[in-house]
Amino acid sequence: MPSEPLLSARGLHKSFGDNHVLRGVDLDIAPGTVHALIGPSGSGKTTVLRSLNGLESPEAGTLRIGELELDLAAPRTRRERSALHRASAMVFQQHHLFPHLTVLGNVTIGPIRVQGRGREEVTADALALLDRVGLREKADAYPSSLSGGQQQRVGIVRALALQPSMLLFDEPTSSLDPELVGEVLAVMTELASEGWTMAVVTHELGFAREVADEVSFFDEGVVVERGTPEQVFGDPREERTKRFLQRLQGPFGR
Amino acid sequence: MNWELILESIGPIALGAITGTIPLTLASFTVGLVIAIALALARISGVTWLSGLARAYISVIRGTPMLVQLFVIFYGMPQIGIILDPWPSAIIALSMNVGGYAAEIIRAAILSIPRGQWEAAAMVGMSRGQSLWRIVLPQAARVSVPPLSNTFISLVKDTSLTSVILVTELFRVAQRIAAPSGEFLTIYIVAAAVYWVICLVLAGGQDRLERKLDRYAV
Repeated sequence: MPSEPLLSARGLHKSFGDNHVLRGVDLDIAPGTVHALIGPSGSGKTTVLRSLNGLESPEAGTLRIGELELDLAAPRTRRERSALHRASAMVFQQHHLFPHLTVLGNVTIGPIRVQGRGREEVTADALALLDRVGLREKADAYPSSLSGGQQQRVGIVRALALQPSMLLFDEPTSSLDPELVGEVLAVMTELASEGWTMAVVTHELGFAREVADEVSFFDEGVVVERGTPEQVFGDPREERTKRFLQRLQGPFGR
Repeated sequence: MNWELILESIGPIALGAITGTIPLTLASFTVGLVIAIALALARISGVTWLSGLARAYISVIRGTPMLVQLFVIFYGMPQIGIILDPWPSAIIALSMNVGGYAAEIIRAAILSIPRGQWEAAAMVGMSRGQSLWRIVLPQAARVSVPPLSNTFISLVKDTSLTSVILVTELFRVAQRIAAPSGEFLTIYIVAAAVYWVICLVLAGGQDRLERKLDRYAV
């Protein structure tokens, strides 16, 4: 693993009421690598991911992404908030596209209205990105007229258009019909091969095995085990990891 | 039925609609919407005193008759030195009233927009204000068209109340024609018909607006 991580999170703690969902989570992601966050529901992996983009505010913890360093528990200044949103961009489980904007509008609103870049340049970039995911001809369509897989690909393009340092994926295929999962994973695989730094919360263990450089297994608010996919999937050290992987395999194997 | 009287009266009554009822409705609805949005934002602001104030305003407006509100402003205010002409009095009273009712509609519409929309807006870097203006309010507007249309149509009819504070609108014109002629039934049916036509046109407009906004409906 390269020496200096692009992202380092330390000591993340977060409670929702009595539910202590993060109990001291550390996370390091090296530049140009894909880090898969796996584990049972409620294990805290999504909360960690959302904290990285400022969508959750942990009660304790620090975060460094590139040059940006934050105490996550402290209230954020405007500048810090905007730097945090510039540092990473998120693809949501349920895409959360803006239904009142066209596909192009969804992709360009952040760069134009928030980042203040020129409309022409942003539009050209956005169309090129849409072309890459095969949705150039849908630029003027509204999200409701797209399939789930197409919507999620637009979600990915919206994130890319923000020109972040890294990409965050929150179970990007969990809400999709099975036959639409492949097209989204294909785009993600391509991004990984281009050298994007990615954190991916996923139940797609096949994807994690094939594409991830590193895997963290979460359970009950802590990282139980981390390592290469070969190690975590092939030869898990921890009992909890073994049990989780066995459960996922189910009675018929895979 | 006195057909001759109908023909004679319909012109002045329609003119009363065009110079009184319709501009009064439009002005009051516009100002009322601004008041409503401000109240709705105050209600969801999370600032206790602000939302409390908005809640109190809405409670008073909805808990008192429109006619009494008109009287307080037109006949009551002069006692404390605030003397207003019939038109400004009418617009103030009507728009304050619309604001109170429409505020709850807009608040509910804003709250009906999924949290994910706020999160996606934050993710692309928007402030809360930008998220509200560019993402949430446009979607809330679509949701609130049907209930706001109801408010609008009620307002058209409520303008008839301003005849008692001497605003020359549709119904006051009708009263003036009816009194000397003694043909109350005929004249008031003509007046009712003109209100009905206005509301028919508005309902048609609501359909078209909804269809236009439906292009992105989920």
